[in-house]
Amino acid sequence: MLKKITAQLNILGQCKRYGVSIWQCPQFLFVVMGVFIILVSIISYLIGARYIINPETVVLIVLIITTILFAISFIITRSFERLAEASQMKSEFINIISHQLRSPLTNIKWTFEVMASEEFKVSAEKQEEYFVNVKENIARMVELIDDLLIVSKIEQGDFSIAKREISLEDLIKDLVERYKVFAEASRIKLNFYSQENLPKVLADPSLLKIVTENLIDNAIRYTKGGGIVELKLIKEKDKVLFAIKDSGVGIPQKEQKYIFQKFFRAENILKERTRGSGLGLYVCKSILHKLGGQIWFKSKLGKGTTFYFRLPIK
Amino acid sequence: MKKILFIEDESTLQKAFGDILTQGGYKVISALDGETGLRLAKSEKPDLILLDLVLPKIHGFEVLKKLKQDPETEEIPVIILTNLERMEDVEKAIELGAKTYLVKTRYKIEEIMEKVKKILSE
Repeated sequence: MLKKITAQLNILGQCKRYGVSIWQCPQFLFVVMGVFIILVSIISYLIGARYIINPETVVLIVLIITTILFAISFIITRSFERLAEASQMKSEFINIISHQLRSPLTNIKWTFEVMASEEFKVSAEKQEEYFVNVKENIARMVELIDDLLIVSKIEQGDFSIAKREISLEDLIKDLVERYKVFAEASRIKLNFYSQENLPKVLADPSLLKIVTENLIDNAIRYTKGGGIVELKLIKEKDKVLFAIKDSGVGIPQKEQKYIFQKFFRAENILKERTRGSGLGLYVCKSILHKLGGQIWFKSKLGKGTTFYFRLPIK
Repeated sequence: MKKILFIEDESTLQKAFGDILTQGGYKVISALDGETGLRLAKSEKPDLILLDLVLPKIHGFEVLKKLKQDPETEEIPVIILTNLERMEDVEKAIELGAKTYLVKTRYKIEEIMEKVKKILSE
């Protein structure tokens, strides 16, 4: 019982649980309003006692106080709305995730059912085809779960960052080497240019790998029918700039502002293929933010997109 | 031979279930997105449509709505075959005129085959 009461009194703890800043947390705002009303009552009493002969001043003071109270209640209402929105988003999140995990799962389940069934005859040739499908679907699930784990870590702030000096040039070179075959399979050429004597950056290599992999993967995936993907590293004062330019489908103008949002996927790519989690760029932005960097892009529909990020040298 | 139009964007499912329907003696026409599905429904006049909901180009609900609005296709029975299982989705599909709604992971492939047979014999 006592524990319950103290838990109720621990307002800051509750606000933290909601995952919103204290100025957006209803409990905290109520306390602010309460303290304000008490203070104002005392002050009004003191002022009222002094200026009782001057009613205009009293009216003016009351008016100001009412306005401030009105403003605080407005903010409180807004904070409730925000909490409701966040909870709505959470259930939407779970709905999307379960659907995306279920699709490959159904594929696997049904494929095995067909193969195990006595009623249906599956030729050896078909069987092999089915196994390839199962493998692909398992890879899809693993990919999604990996993305989700990163997102959950980011959101809980439970993110260990081991910054050290690393050579972006070496990191990108390795990556280009690794992606070469995949790119070639999609008729895409990878070109990498790095400025000479590029200084090292201060970052967490494993996190930076997630970012660069996501960007290069997107660039290849969304360049339809072949083309060139250019990667560049340039020194800028106390920062290093990375740019990756594709000649892909581009991002529609009106959707550009949502591109880093969790689960957002642009309409033009949704029309082509329903796969993809919509988490990649959200993860990139969150990681770069934690590393003290920035990410942005330029894009033209049908012409291509260039993504940039900047990281501090030290 | 009865014709079944299978509108499903997962090629794995298209293959696995499509093979079974063919073995079961049906002619299977497959569509990998909503737009193609609608077009084939009009031109091929299938006896039954299996429709997924999360589809590229046109969403399954929109496909269903258009099928039921068009006098040429409104009589064709539609089975919704999806992984969405919120009550509101099921209600919406039935309201729009779907014959039945099956959540993929909840049914065995044989059971779905049974439903197909039953609806086609009606």
